[in-house]
Amino acid sequence: MLRPRVIPCLLVHDKGLVKTVQFKDPKYVGDPINAVRIFNEKESDELMVIDIDATRENREPDYKMIEYLAAECRMPLCYGGGVKTADQAQRIFSLGVEKIAISSAAIHTPDLVSEMADRVGSQSVVVVVDVKKKLLGGYEMYTHNGKKSTGKNPFEFVAKMEALGAGEIVVNSIDQDGVMKGYDLLLIEKIRQSISLPLTVLGGAGSLQDIGNLINKYGIIGAAAGSLFVFKGVYKAVLINYPNWNEKDKLINEYSPIIKA
Amino acid sequence: MIAIIDYGVGNIKAFSNIYKQLGLEVKVAKSASDLDGASKLILPGVGHFDYAIQRFTDSGMRETAHDMVVNHKIPVIGICVGMQMLAKSSDEGKLPGLGWIDATVKKFDASLLHQKTRLPHMGWNDVSPISINPLLVGLESDARFYFLHSYYFACNNPMDTIATANYGIEFSSIVNHENIFGVQCHPEKSHHFGIQLLKNFATL
Repeated sequence: MLRPRVIPCLLVHDKGLVKTVQFKDPKYVGDPINAVRIFNEKESDELMVIDIDATRENREPDYKMIEYLAAECRMPLCYGGGVKTADQAQRIFSLGVEKIAISSAAIHTPDLVSEMADRVGSQSVVVVVDVKKKLLGGYEMYTHNGKKSTGKNPFEFVAKMEALGAGEIVVNSIDQDGVMKGYDLLLIEKIRQSISLPLTVLGGAGSLQDIGNLINKYGIIGAAAGSLFVFKGVYKAVLINYPNWNEKDKLINEYSPIIKA
Repeated sequence: MIAIIDYGVGNIKAFSNIYKQLGLEVKVAKSASDLDGASKLILPGVGHFDYAIQRFTDSGMRETAHDMVVNHKIPVIGICVGMQMLAKSSDEGKLPGLGWIDATVKKFDASLLHQKTRLPHMGWNDVSPISINPLLVGLESDARFYFLHSYYFACNNPMDTIATANYGIEFSSIVNHENIFGVQCHPEKSHHFGIQLLKNFATL
């Protein structure tokens, strides 16, 4: 049986790991390599690492750091941050990264998605959409860590990305980020209806039950989380944690609507 | 010594890191002369079938590897697209495969899948052994591996399938014919399950 994927998402800022709340107030939570080693020990399904400085500073991805992370990582690794060209994507791919995430570059140059898919294969091209609720209803996409509005509708955008050859969509709710009160299920439903690609959702998970609720609704889905896997307790003490195989199986069995292959 | 065939496609480092941790000697082969003296071969692969076949041909290692595998029966393991390359052809491309195993590569029929996510087949799935094989020692029950693919390996000789997985249909997740092995999933990214499989290959 194919299982839903439970994915820690780590943010890199000033060479350290941080966790934000609604894309603001980055709190230092540790060293990236050390975190990868802990997730190796915990045998996480996948790992997502996003460099939140690269696009904002308009600089190249930090290839040295990516190489260290990839060498250490014993599960599939998705890297995002500052990737603007197919050449950069191919270079990152050759460092041992399975999936490459792009966000603002896909908005500005949608054809980059097909160009990357031709070079590294669709399965490795991940498009991340950072989405915020509009004041008067509906949703809008943002870039540059939630600072720049794009005026674009995320649902039309993800459908276009699927047509251009993306292999996976990650939808990240800016409003729910770091709040730990559950995913934005309305947003997820509207994205899910727009595409048939593998979908990973991020933003808001505060407990394994929140992940269970997603599994209950969608069966096969990628459930990503930041805070949930780096904080423990109401005072948010930094403690990397992740469910083991038995805990994950229990969660899946408990919440699965019907077990579908 | 195990040689990892580096023809510019696939995660070479992930394999060499695992073997280093296991204390086993590996070398990364970038040209035909690097294959000299290898007692086993690993053929990784990701991306498009034709691209991978073409790159392997262009690397200058294809003929030497063919001679080692077919004439000298050196054990080889193809991983993901590297496995698919062992077949005679693939629905994904126009170029012929290596033809080391009598099989063709087919695309999954998305209409057999009932959930909204169809292709690629992405994530952790059960790998169920259907025969006793030294590659599967320690993986007899509850083995799960990471998959990422839209095409699957269809053996013409059912005996060549040694483990299956299910995604809409039951398909060959691991195959073996004489000295030739193929694994559709990614043992290099499948934690202790994958490490066990790579260790088994090293100690065949």
